[in-house]
Amino acid sequence: MRLLFALLSGGLFGAGLLVSGMTDTTKVQGWLDIFGTWDPTLAFVLGGAILPMIVAWRVAARRGAAALGTPLPPKPDRRLDPRLLTGSALFGVGWALAGLCPGPAMASLSYGGPQGIVFLLAMIAGMLIWRAIDAGLLDKGRPA
Amino acid sequence: MIGGAAALFLLVNGRIMGASGLLGGAVDGTGWSNLLERLAFLAGLVGVPALIAMTIARPDTHLTGNLAIVVLAGLAVGIGTRMANGCTSGHGVCGISRFSPRGIVATLVYLGVGATTMVIARHLLGVI
Repeated sequence: MRLLFALLSGGLFGAGLLVSGMTDTTKVQGWLDIFGTWDPTLAFVLGGAILPMIVAWRVAARRGAAALGTPLPPKPDRRLDPRLLTGSALFGVGWALAGLCPGPAMASLSYGGPQGIVFLLAMIAGMLIWRAIDAGLLDKGRPA
Repeated sequence: MIGGAAALFLLVNGRIMGASGLLGGAVDGTGWSNLLERLAFLAGLVGVPALIAMTIARPDTHLTGNLAIVVLAGLAVGIGTRMANGCTSGHGVCGISRFSPRGIVATLVYLGVGATTMVIARHLLGVI
């Protein structure tokens, strides 16, 4: 059941990204180009996604557990650390340069052409690079 | 649809729908305890748009053919989203909607830096 609903949720997410224009890099870059010829339409996509989720978080809080009996995600961490800020800034640079963020990069895999595959591979490489850096930092912090 | 997908994943599976975390945990080994659930989500995320592209209409991503920019951007998105522990779906959709300070701040930072990058790369340097 978990797998079925994960598949359904992923499929609905992918279809939503395609239909809303989030996989069209021209549209995404037009949205980020606030100081150029700004295309505000994707703000409605983000807003339209946030609204049902506000309701979902309320329902989740009242129920205390997910429908399949699994515990809900823990309360959000409130700390704003340098990693959050640096990582988000780096993500902002990459998102603007290509016009793709992780969800749409995967959703468009079948129709994004070879450069879409190159983007996804570079993104995965970046994720593994961060994992290696993070593991190294943890090692250094450990007493010998 | 995006909000519905996130609500479904939260209320039925009890999980936060974050694209970078679901993929990142699957490739770097940190999320192998629920690997099948991640892979099922990713299969839907890739598969359903593929079905739409094959049957209804094939969309165009208009992604640049400049591979130097594509690789640079991919690396930045990969490192950045894992360092910050979230991207547009995790911080933007799921974080903001639960009024998480980290989600709100992360979204303001990547949107602000993204807009600044557009000014520099498009209007000053003309590379994108």
